[in-house]
Amino acid sequence: MSKETLPGTPLSSEEFEKSITIEEHPNLEYSWDDGIAISRYLKELKEGRIIARTCCGCNRTMLPPRMFCELCYRPTDEWAFVEDTGVVNTFCVTRVNWDASRRGPDEPPLIPAVVEIDGASKGMGILHLLGEVDPKKVKIGMRVKAVWKPKAQREGKITDIKYFKPY
Amino acid sequence: MGYRKVACVGAGITKFVRRAKETGRELAWEAAKMALDNAGMTLADIDCVVIGSAPDAFDGVHMKGEYLADGSGGFCKPVMRHFVGGGTGVFSPIHGWQHIASGKFETCLVVTEEKMSSCFPAPAGAFLTIFDHTTEQPLGPTLIWIFALEMNRYMQRYGLTEADIAKVSVQNKLNAIDHPAAQLGAKITVKDVLNSEVLAWPVKRLDISPASDGAAAIVLTSEHKARRITDKPVWVSGVGWCLDTAYWATRDLYYPQYVEKAARMAYEMAGIREPDKEIHIAEPYDPFDYKMLHHMEGLLLCKRGEAARLVADGVTARNGRLPCCPSGGALGVGNPIAATGLMKIIELFLQLRGEAGKRQVPGDPRIGVAQAWGDLMQVGTVVVMSR
Repeated sequence: MSKETLPGTPLSSEEFEKSITIEEHPNLEYSWDDGIAISRYLKELKEGRIIARTCCGCNRTMLPPRMFCELCYRPTDEWAFVEDTGVVNTFCVTRVNWDASRRGPDEPPLIPAVVEIDGASKGMGILHLLGEVDPKKVKIGMRVKAVWKPKAQREGKITDIKYFKPY
Repeated sequence: MGYRKVACVGAGITKFVRRAKETGRELAWEAAKMALDNAGMTLADIDCVVIGSAPDAFDGVHMKGEYLADGSGGFCKPVMRHFVGGGTGVFSPIHGWQHIASGKFETCLVVTEEKMSSCFPAPAGAFLTIFDHTTEQPLGPTLIWIFALEMNRYMQRYGLTEADIAKVSVQNKLNAIDHPAAQLGAKITVKDVLNSEVLAWPVKRLDISPASDGAAAIVLTSEHKARRITDKPVWVSGVGWCLDTAYWATRDLYYPQYVEKAARMAYEMAGIREPDKEIHIAEPYDPFDYKMLHHMEGLLLCKRGEAARLVADGVTARNGRLPCCPSGGALGVGNPIAATGLMKIIELFLQLRGEAGKRQVPGDPRIGVAQAWGDLMQVGTVVVMSR
């Protein structure tokens, strides 16, 4: 195997642009169902509360809630409200949007985090964002609390929590 | 054990490039034909074909397995396509192994392909839909986020710095200079990595492998076939794979338990009790530099939290006690997802045969392990090879 004999024809950046002869913009739209467990989760978010499911097989309080326990492989048992406070398990400070485009110079970076919610079992974290905090001052282990949208603006979505802030 | 021995007898690979003129099925054809030629076989000698390719969303071709089949030699033959995200490439030889170890087939052509350049504006965008549609997608996540979350957690847990981790990128890109398929072989410094664009702190541009186009293929056969084909068969002596839940935020990201489970499965089959002593050469999956460290630990090649020190001490260099990613890895050779995992398998194949040229690790290596990882911080695929 040598560089000279290996197949594969790299294109230059110029050819890269020129070589696009067909562009497709598929306009696929999906309507996802929110399911048995998550529909209740969303309904409670609209009320400004976070709800979990318990499994008496492994004694876990699971967040996000689910109707089956993947450890015990049995139905979960009960609904249980948990706190809207928690601990930062990990975080990052990002300038990248979902499509790899960069946030503008005037846009503050986003601070995605895994937040372990109080009342859920240890390690039961959810993905959310941090706010009202200098990115340089965020620490793993920091205590945070949900900042909710005003009740009238809540839609039953994960974004009904605007972000979590230190408290 | 009730299964038959399986050997690798040939390998082929295309260049890994940012954008290839070839279509995916042309790339698959090039790699597959090269693997057959390398084994001294023709398609008539092949009983079945397995195809590994990651999300259809990269190539923008739905039913990619079917699309790639004829280029992969899968014309009017038993063909199966498999997919476990980034773990696909090392699952490919496992899938091929199943076909032969079971006794059903004598020979299997294993082909992997990825053409990420088709996806605009960036293949990263294709990852949005891997996140939960209701509880995560509305937050606008991208794959780099969760790598950054995992890297930060890993660093914090063991008190590592960004410079400790950057050394992996430096090592692998240096190794890749000697790989003929490499896209990003380069001599860079820790400072270069630290000064590269911050994408999602702590992840910077040079912590990440590139998006690539490329294909790779191997030929697997039963033992008696292999003995007739070559006097240097390389055995698939251990296979393991394990999938964790897609509730990725509900496990602690600092340690890949699912990789350990897959590794233990492969080691048990290969009769390896002390992987840190018995394995001569390793190709852990390195789509990001910290991932090589993470995976060295999951593969039980060192104690938890110790991998960075091994890199700093030169233990993982090509002439070190435990060479890791002597190929140059995903960071250096490039990362056409499924083909990357098989590139690592091919590296073991060449190294164990003493045919790795400038990349050959000293000391006559006899046992190697390759691993890939993927999905939502979720899957480990592990193959032990020996001669």
